[in-house]
Amino acid sequence: MEKTHSCTIVKKTMLCPDTYDFVVNFPQEPKPGQFVHISCGEGVMLRRPMSVCDYFDNNLRFSFAVRGKGTKLLAQHSVGDKLDILGPLGTNFGVDKKGDGVSLVIGGGIGIFPLFYTAKFLGEKTEAILGFRTKDLVIMEDDFNAVCSKTHIVTDDGSYNCAGLVTDIFKERLQKGDITSVYTCGPRGMMKAVAEIAAENDIFCEVSLEERMGCGIGSCAVCVCKIKGKYLKVCQNGPIFNAREVDFDE
Amino acid sequence: MNNLDMSVNIAGISLKNPIVTASGTFGNGWEISRYYDLSELGAVTSKAITLSPKQGNPPPRIAETDSGVLNSVGLQNSGIEFFLKYDLPNLRRYDTKVIANISGNTIEENCEIAKRLGGEVDFIELNISCPNVKQGGVAFGTDPRIVYDITGRVREHCSVPLIVKLSPNVTDIVEIAVAAQKGGANALSLINTLLGMKIDVNTRKPILANNTGGLSGPAVKPVAVRMVWQVAKNVDLPIIGMGGIMSGEDAAEFILAGASAVAVGTANLVTPTAALDIKKQFVQYLVKNKIKNVKDIIGAVIAN
Repeated sequence: MEKTHSCTIVKKTMLCPDTYDFVVNFPQEPKPGQFVHISCGEGVMLRRPMSVCDYFDNNLRFSFAVRGKGTKLLAQHSVGDKLDILGPLGTNFGVDKKGDGVSLVIGGGIGIFPLFYTAKFLGEKTEAILGFRTKDLVIMEDDFNAVCSKTHIVTDDGSYNCAGLVTDIFKERLQKGDITSVYTCGPRGMMKAVAEIAAENDIFCEVSLEERMGCGIGSCAVCVCKIKGKYLKVCQNGPIFNAREVDFDE
Repeated sequence: MNNLDMSVNIAGISLKNPIVTASGTFGNGWEISRYYDLSELGAVTSKAITLSPKQGNPPPRIAETDSGVLNSVGLQNSGIEFFLKYDLPNLRRYDTKVIANISGNTIEENCEIAKRLGGEVDFIELNISCPNVKQGGVAFGTDPRIVYDITGRVREHCSVPLIVKLSPNVTDIVEIAVAAQKGGANALSLINTLLGMKIDVNTRKPILANNTGGLSGPAVKPVAVRMVWQVAKNVDLPIIGMGGIMSGEDAAEFILAGASAVAVGTANLVTPTAALDIKKQFVQYLVKNKIKNVKDIIGAVIAN
């Protein structure tokens, strides 16, 4: 039988203002792209889904930005505290479908977290294209540099590296003709643009979707998104979907 | 504990214990059965079944509120045919009673679904209280004449006891319960969710795509306990009580108010093992209070 895990926080760091990085003891090895469902503490009922950012030596890393009551409460936990965690849950990125060429992980803002763990599975020919609003929000550059052959960083306002969008770099990078797969996570508009470019160039592309979630295991059917005209559950049928099948405008 | 009698009776059918799952929070058991043996429960309730598959409402469908949860799923399900072919045979593998929650758009649809279920399930729970659909749902459940009519007509097509699930979005719950009883209901479930709303004050937009949704969880529990108590005093039908049950003591509260069984709903969204945990805590409550037979405390509140 599956069960929830009582996990001790072993490390807590702040990545940038209001964005935290936790490492907890965790007994089950996740697949890249999967998520865990975390109880934030007394006063908040529903768990909050967090993408797996990394897994090593029975330690699970997840990172999150403080956005509401749940994440605020979660951020107040310290090293040594216990967290009630359900998972790993959901589908995984098809890293076995990466092809013979270069794989790209394309992320925006706090959407980059699942891509780090995924990049580790994709191997040395992987490149990252990461976009952030501004310099102060640029995070995990060293992490991605360590596992990717190249890490391209852009900011909306040009305060760090060049100004632009991840799709600008993506289009530029396509010129070489060696890209065979794309894995993306970030704001919906960004993922839609990435998916369109990948489709135009006939490149395998998977996206990690997000939706307000309830149970996390597929029982309550609240976290749906439209896939090929049908509502599917992000927690159970996803969070990873083939980009071509997602109805981004629904 | 060996001489503890946990069994209860709902409309002539014995449940081995009074802990049930509430419709829509448990899927059709596939997922939660990976966390514990469903045979631990007195009964399980299916997700609402409609005649044809139903897409449900656009997301977001959920918002957390203080001590509560708003949802507007809109009865997404695969329809009666799929339920009979796949979900029900799977549920039948467990030693537990099966309650089929039905929610047709029209009275005729409900009759048709009841007919197709035949004697394959242990109970039919008629949902006349969903606040998230335009047709059927709560539109049926707020007018006593309609409640009487729909209960009577669906009852004619049921081969098993009919439970009518009531909406709390009414002025007088007793009036509705009496109408269901007169219509031929064999048991009552209460309460469904309370119609609610949450607005993001910065974007000025409601959180739910459907604007409004059904409120559940601890926030509604006092309302639910009060309604169970009022109905139990005035209607001679077994009641399945529900509304924010998160612990064994919450379950006891509903039973003292007059419920013969209790359904765990929102708690299933918090932890997959919630219903099992609540059952264990309820046993502890019975032991602690030296109660040997659950039936002894049904409606045993000492009211002022």
